[in-house]
Amino acid sequence: MINFQVNGHPVSLDADPDMPLLWALREDLQLTGTKFGCGQALCGACTVHVNGAAVRACRTPLSSVIGQQVTTIEGVGASHVGKAVQAAWVKVDVPQCGYCQPGQVMSACALLAHKKSPSAGDIDAAMSGNLCRCGTYAQIRAAIQDAAHVLAKGA
Amino acid sequence: MESTRREFLGSTGAALVLGFTLPLQSGRGLAAAPVSAAPFAPNAWLRIGADHQVTVICGSAEMGQGVLTAIPMMVAEELDADWRDVRVEQAPADQAYINPAFGIQATGGSSTVRGHWQVVRQAGAAARLMLVAAAAETWQTTPDRCRTEAGQVVHADGRRLRYGELVARAAKQPVPDKPALKDPKDFRLMGRPLKRLDSPDKVMGKAQYGLDVQVPGLLVAVMARAPLPGVKVRQVDDHAARAVKGVKQVISLPSGVAVLATGYWAAKTGRDALKIDWDFGDKAALSSTQISAALHDAAAQGMTGGAVARTAGTPDQVKPATLLDAVYEVPYLAHACMEPMNCTAWVREGEVEIWAGTQSQGPVQGILGQVASVQPGKVKVNTMMLGGGFGRRFAPDFVIDATLLSKISGAPVKLIFSREDDMAAGYFRPASVVQLRGGLDDKGRPVLLQAGVATPSIMAASGFMKLPPSGVDVQAVEGLADHVYDIPHQRMAYVRQEPGPQVWFWRSVGHSQNSFFLESFIDEMAHAAKQDPYAFRRSLLSGSPRHLGVLDLAAKRANWGTPLPAGRHRGIAVVQSFGTYVAEVAEVSVAADGTPKVHRVVAAVDCGQTVNPEIIRRQIEGAIVFGLSAALYGQISYQDGRVQQSNFHDYPVLRMSEMPVVEVHIVPSMEAPGGIGEPGTPPLAPAVANALFAATGRRLRKLPFDTQALKKA
Repeated sequence: MINFQVNGHPVSLDADPDMPLLWALREDLQLTGTKFGCGQALCGACTVHVNGAAVRACRTPLSSVIGQQVTTIEGVGASHVGKAVQAAWVKVDVPQCGYCQPGQVMSACALLAHKKSPSAGDIDAAMSGNLCRCGTYAQIRAAIQDAAHVLAKGA
Repeated sequence: MESTRREFLGSTGAALVLGFTLPLQSGRGLAAAPVSAAPFAPNAWLRIGADHQVTVICGSAEMGQGVLTAIPMMVAEELDADWRDVRVEQAPADQAYINPAFGIQATGGSSTVRGHWQVVRQAGAAARLMLVAAAAETWQTTPDRCRTEAGQVVHADGRRLRYGELVARAAKQPVPDKPALKDPKDFRLMGRPLKRLDSPDKVMGKAQYGLDVQVPGLLVAVMARAPLPGVKVRQVDDHAARAVKGVKQVISLPSGVAVLATGYWAAKTGRDALKIDWDFGDKAALSSTQISAALHDAAAQGMTGGAVARTAGTPDQVKPATLLDAVYEVPYLAHACMEPMNCTAWVREGEVEIWAGTQSQGPVQGILGQVASVQPGKVKVNTMMLGGGFGRRFAPDFVIDATLLSKISGAPVKLIFSREDDMAAGYFRPASVVQLRGGLDDKGRPVLLQAGVATPSIMAASGFMKLPPSGVDVQAVEGLADHVYDIPHQRMAYVRQEPGPQVWFWRSVGHSQNSFFLESFIDEMAHAAKQDPYAFRRSLLSGSPRHLGVLDLAAKRANWGTPLPAGRHRGIAVVQSFGTYVAEVAEVSVAADGTPKVHRVVAAVDCGQTVNPEIIRRQIEGAIVFGLSAALYGQISYQDGRVQQSNFHDYPVLRMSEMPVVEVHIVPSMEAPGGIGEPGTPPLAPAVANALFAATGRRLRKLPFDTQALKKA
């Protein structure tokens, strides 16, 4: 059995330890907010947090998360930063097709958890692993800046 | 795109385009809606509950272009609904939702708003009149003593009733035949930048895309797909695949071999273990070199032969003072939607149910009826959110194969094409080569424009259109043969070439390449005439005020003609496509190693009357990003019958760090609405190419841009 925590809850799976975390989340735990985009850690649609750090779930074998804390788009709103980021995303009305946005939100949350007022360069560096075919990059930048502003005021 | 689909449907379309007055069929989602009292559902497009909630039912697929907000805005405007009470849900496949723009229920050709412009507003207006009649009856007065505002009927004496209080009585009123529509000056919702209704769920990870569908007993299928049409499985060894834990079945289809398992990982592991001997037939040596050579030959033939798409004057007799000759080329392109292609299908006794992100809800209903041998009415299509469409999801391939696999296996099946699977055997924007000849008189005025167009036929490949008797594929020449530049002598001809890859609609279709060709070549002519490219275009567009309007606005907002910081240069292009006029000015610089950088793009758009200006701006911005990805990087190439690209590492798309500043300016207009999903893409590549010429003096006639050619000598 593979034991780890997802969004604060313990889970125990009888699964192939080589299987990527993505499929355990999506198929075994039915947490489908984490998206499959490329399967090669090239697009960022599957971004989740493992112990607070952004990782690509499509290339993270289950064996590597044993005993770890995994956070997904469904759970990230429970944190101060996650709540602010999701609120900013809604306020800026970022999504078009929306498919990449859970991954974008997770990358943005990881950035803001570590860097309270990121520069434009910090944002580009942290977010350039997350592709968006609809071209919402300007709105993503704006939403991150908005969330940073809200978090700074609240602190 | 839409005109040809309309042509194809010409004979049957009219009979189907009845729109909103069709009664609801029983037994579909509407009837099962969980409300205590019966809702007021006067037509297929909306229902109002006793709880005052207005539910708009949208027949078009949401792929990011905003239909799940635009259609509700149009209905709610004429209904005079309180926007806070408006929800939206996706319609089933049903004749009631046929898009009058092309006579089928499908989402493409930038046609949702313009196609439904009358029908959904009439649906809202009819419901409003019925609510007014119901209130008048309640108050024992006449409808002319009542008006409506934001979800209420208001009596002249000040009494008010909310719509939810009127549903029972409204349902008994006769449905008005041709309700009058509002004067645009009275619009309360349309024309405002309202927020999208689908955003919150997308941000929270709750939106349900095709890939997210869960069905009890589901098997996941991953396929080894034939790399080209006509390539067949000679032999398959599936021993290793069947030995993978979780693999349940291996099924051969005409399009390849599928491995069905309890989950994706097992199915993919099984598929990877298949040993397949493919019979490539005469396609074993297919290469991009070969394809390009054939297209070049055909384009040359098109200068004198070919199927003539346009002629004017006497192009073979005119003697220009200056002649320009150029050959332009673009490669095949993948759509690379963020959500890989997928469909969940469940073939049960006498019926089929599918869950898919499809742009083609109506057509697939008919197709799947044939696939599963059931009546089309027994095919239930659940349209899910689309993680990008761009035309790829108009194709029925993944829907057909999922249905076949469910039929054969007896289980509900979710078929998933991985990124690599879709790219290896994709539906691609066709490669194209165009030979151009331009002539200027001794005053530098253009007198001749000639084009030989060589590219595969999307119409022939589509399965639902036919090449017209003229032999001219409309998509192959759109953006070129339909230009409005005032040039007296012209000849443009199409020479069909079919190298083998499956070709398909790709955001802006023929305009995606032909606008690059034409708008670059017009720039070449301007430079040959020693004229400013903006002024040169103006002098040739006096007959088209809407082209001029966007051209002038873009030039003005980009400060055309004023100095830029050192190293920065501008290029301009203007294109009408899908009924919308867009001009773009790109600002670029080129690094010493030849790497181009696009700093800023200023766009001006005239799409007629607007529903939601913010969605329009975002669509144009997104279309610019889409065009820039293709111009800088997009290329599907072939070697030994196989696609050489597989994923985002070798088929790159624009990243945030490369995102230019984009400004979108909308021309106020009372014209009929134009499309908005596609028209922002065509002007981008030529605007950038023209700016790169201004920066380096090098004319790049091929996409993606060859940065080696831009390297400083």
